[in-house]
Amino acid sequence: MPTVSMTVNGKQVSGEVEGRTLLVEFLRENLRLTGTHVGCDTSQCGACVVHIDGNSAKSCSMLAIQANGTKVTTIEGLANGDELHPMQAAFKEHHGLQCGFCTPGMVMSAVDLVKKKPKASEHEIREWLEGNICRCTGYHNIVKAIQHAQQTM
Amino acid sequence: MYDFAYHKPSSVADAMAALKAADDGKFLAGGMTMIPTLKQRLAQPSDLIDLSGVGDLVGITVSGGAVTIGAMTTHAAVATSTDVQSAIPALAALAGGIGDPQVRNRGTIGGSVANNDPAADYPAACLALGATIKTDRREMAADDFFTDLFETALADDEIILSVSFPKPSKAAYQKFDNPASRYALVGVFVAQTAGGPRVAVTGSGQNGVFRVPGMESALASSWSADAVKGMAVDAGTLNSDIHASAEYRAHLIGVMAGRAVTAAG
Ligand SMILES: Cc1cc2nc3c(=O)[nH]c(=O)nc-3n(C[C@H](O)[C@H](O)[C@H](O)COP(=O)(O)OP(=O)(O)OC[C@H]3O[C@@H](n4cnc5c(N)ncnc54)[C@H](O)[C@@H]3O)c2cc1C
Ligand code: FES
Ligand code: FES
Repeated sequence: MPTVSMTVNGKQVSGEVEGRTLLVEFLRENLRLTGTHVGCDTSQCGACVVHIDGNSAKSCSMLAIQANGTKVTTIEGLANGDELHPMQAAFKEHHGLQCGFCTPGMVMSAVDLVKKKPKASEHEIREWLEGNICRCTGYHNIVKAIQHAQQTM
Repeated sequence: MYDFAYHKPSSVADAMAALKAADDGKFLAGGMTMIPTLKQRLAQPSDLIDLSGVGDLVGITVSGGAVTIGAMTTHAAVATSTDVQSAIPALAALAGGIGDPQVRNRGTIGGSVANNDPAADYPAACLALGATIKTDRREMAADDFFTDLFETALADDEIILSVSFPKPSKAAYQKFDNPASRYALVGVFVAQTAGGPRVAVTGSGQNGVFRVPGMESALASSWSADAVKGMAVDAGTLNSDIHASAEYRAHLIGVMAGRAVTAAG
């Protein structure tokens, strides 16, 4: 079986995987980082979004071995100890979540947006969220939270 | 997902050799089509040959009046390239409208063109701009490359190296996207090229992407939205599915072509 090694949330990790092991399976099952969710099997919902070398990607649509040698950040890697990341704090303050299932992917995707387009308009924020599906909130408060985080990040 | 052997060569020659040595090997580019297909067990390759280690396949160059994009260049890289934005803005905009940001961060032009999904965006750009697809053994005009639904002129062991787009004097792409999948329900790319106007339609044809000669000659006599707006495309050659009937698609082609001509200016 192939061995993969990568940096996850700043820590060097490695493990044996099958060729077919998905990155999200490696994160959840080998590393027990269960904050990254799986919400679909069609690559459409975005619950599984993580950062690979600073770019958001769907960890359900990548092999673990494709992430070999990369730097991966998951939702668990955002907060600084007990202090929430500004995007997490903004979601909390603006009720950007209800059941919370989509939230890890939403937050990871939103952090990528604010890094790449710090001044995105409301319309651009909504377009960016095309790959993140939420069944609860109606998106409105998610957009508000991201607009807030544009000021605090 | 069925298991497979994984390879990550660092040159085109090694990639070709790995494919040759495999029983039923397949190239892996961004994986945005391949991985979902494997997850659904719709394919069972013996070997996957990951092209992401082949540096030669990545990059964008503008020279001699053409934009050449390496096969492994991501949609996000094309969308945000200032070179593409200034040489062929319609192409950068098209890449920026594919799927969602995460799909654009991984999906590649080579994978998209090789896959020839009948609702994909790049095939329309290739056909309307008269692109050339360069492989390990030959160069093919887009007109000869896209042969049928999910079918291309590529041989089983042929690898796309790059796609080259001649600069048009003006061009635009208009996509009416399916609100759930974000793929094109109808997408029309219009271009004023050195050889005259070209119009290509994706998302609609029973045999995949196609050109509309009637619209091209109408635009040759008058480059205006009115020239193509109400122009009917034979619904008999178009797809009907739960998202849209062939008649509705025929109507939308006229509307989107008109909007594209207006957008191109
Ligand atoms: C949620 C979602 C939404 C999407 N929306 C859109 C959309 O709106 N518009 C659109 O156009 N596309 C869309 N796509 C598809 C996306 O653009 C894919 O990235 C693309 O179709 C395939 O590119 P890839 O690099 O991911 O290739 P892969 O999935 O890795 O490979 C696809 C096929 O191409 C072959 N291949 C790859 N590279 C080469 C090469 N260099 N030479 C020869 N063969 C090669 C592979 O063997 C495989 O058969 C979407 C995908 C998803 C998951
Ligand atoms: S789990 Fe739905 S897109 Fe990854
Ligand atoms: S908060 Fe429930 S899915 Fe988004």
